[in-house]
Amino acid sequence: MIEVRDLWKSFGPQPVLLGTCLRIEKGEAVVIIGRSGGGKSVLLKHLIALLQPDRGQVLVDGQDLCRLDERQLLQVRRKFGMLFQMAALFDSLTVYENVSFVLQRERRHTEAQMRKLVAEALEMVELRGIEEKKPAELSGGMRKRVGLARAIIYRPEILLYDEPTTGLDPVAGARIDQLIHRVWEQLHVTSIAVTHDMASARRISKRILMLHEGGIYADGPSADILSSTDPVVHNFVNGIVPADSQSFA
Amino acid sequence: MVVPILQQRVRYLFSELGELAHIAGEAFRSLRHHRPSWRDFVEQLHFIGVKSQSVVITTGAATGMVLCAQTYFQFHKVKMDTATGAVVSVGMCSELGPVLACLMIAGRVGAAMAAELGTMKVTEQIDALRTLATHPVDHLVVPRLLAATVAAPLLTAEAVAVGIFASWMVGAHLLGIDSAYYVANMNRYTAPTDVVTGLIKATLFGAAIAVISCYKGLSCQQGAEGVGKATTEAVVYSSITVLVANFFLTLFLTRLFKG
Ligand SMILES: Nc1ncnc2c1ncn2[C@@H]1O[C@H](COP(=O)(O)OP(=O)(O)OP(=O)(O)O)[C@@H](O)[C@H]1O
Ligand SMILES: [Mg+2]
Repeated sequence: MIEVRDLWKSFGPQPVLLGTCLRIEKGEAVVIIGRSGGGKSVLLKHLIALLQPDRGQVLVDGQDLCRLDERQLLQVRRKFGMLFQMAALFDSLTVYENVSFVLQRERRHTEAQMRKLVAEALEMVELRGIEEKKPAELSGGMRKRVGLARAIIYRPEILLYDEPTTGLDPVAGARIDQLIHRVWEQLHVTSIAVTHDMASARRISKRILMLHEGGIYADGPSADILSSTDPVVHNFVNGIVPADSQSFA
Repeated sequence: MVVPILQQRVRYLFSELGELAHIAGEAFRSLRHHRPSWRDFVEQLHFIGVKSQSVVITTGAATGMVLCAQTYFQFHKVKMDTATGAVVSVGMCSELGPVLACLMIAGRVGAAMAAELGTMKVTEQIDALRTLATHPVDHLVVPRLLAATVAAPLLTAEAVAVGIFASWMVGAHLLGIDSAYYVANMNRYTAPTDVVTGLIKATLFGAAIAVISCYKGLSCQQGAEGVGKATTEAVVYSSITVLVANFFLTLFLTRLFKG
């Protein structure tokens, strides 16, 4: 169970999160939507304590992450898998070394077992035979899928996906959605994704949270949010530019 | 006007020093509790030790040669030609060897460490590392710290040896100092403590360069500009640390060894 209580975060003079509250139960599949630059990635990073809030609490299974030091956090983070918006692969390592990173550190598997697990994980994201390539040799979409393989290989309980399908072609995107759905269904993980793609949100979530102006503006079952009549949600979901707004500001 | 700026600077300096001490402390804690990755250590040792050879040998040789020539020109006036070897040897072992070799290491290795870690920071690879339940200090700082601490004294020894040999070549073969006297005086006046002093200094400099450069990399600000700044600062701070620490270490170690 993940609970965020009254989370405040600003970068210098720029406020990003203004007292955000949310609660996600174990085994839920949630999507967070919101405007670009609205703080979705920042919120996601708080859930795994990559960022420290200015104020507020992040509770994971009852444990307040803000009170733990970096070493204690390592234990908690073992429960999480995260896919970064830009994949964040280790560029000095090969794809194999990237995907098997956690397994190598844990020293519980033999080399042959790890090869097999990595091949399976890459198979799940529909990549084959790229184990010895470096991240720089891959396309953006391929990198993202390698990042996904790296996050799911060690069977975490909670998976955070930051825009898993952005930058993929529609078919590959749909396949990744299927994969995320399958991982959620079969491995009973808690799945939290950030996305701009409403079709994708529909496919991978049961519940949608909308982050707006530093707080959770809307929260409800996916179908309700996607057909909401609230003007802010409706405009966002359907990509309508309000008549009175003139610019991005 | 001046006072607030000064206050700010001082506060900044202390917060930097605090962070630096934190990373160093974390590295030692990690050494006590975790087995460092042998493979990463060897990789770093190769990068720092083996690949710095040409730079360090050139530095050692050039310093030895010019020191020999300059000492000879002065000593020749007072007919003390054969003492040249002693001056070169003591100077190289305890001061010039460690300082110059480590300045070169700071430039080559410190810059590389800061740039590498800085790039990892701005491309979120450090964050990725943390999500994979790995402490950046365990995985990145410790192997670099160990490798630099091992490599720096070895490279310094190499620079000193090459420097002394080069000075002998210049002294005995170019300037015509009697080779036997040159070597004899050198042996007579160079104490084992001079060699030990140099090696202790180099070990500490190596550790300092690694910690400072890793700290600068890990605390890098966003973007390519941030990486550039981190790299420059790593080299500048490491070099200044080497120079300033050298003075105090000279005082301290001389006290220690010579009573
Ligand atoms: N490390 C940082 N330092 C300073 N400002 C930051 C940092 N990270 C994020 N921000 C700011 O926080 C705001 C929210 O950023 P965030 O990346 O969370 O947006 P987002 O909702 O994920 O947008 P997108 O959909 O485009 O990815 C942005 O305005 C950004 O400028
Ligand atoms: Mg984002």
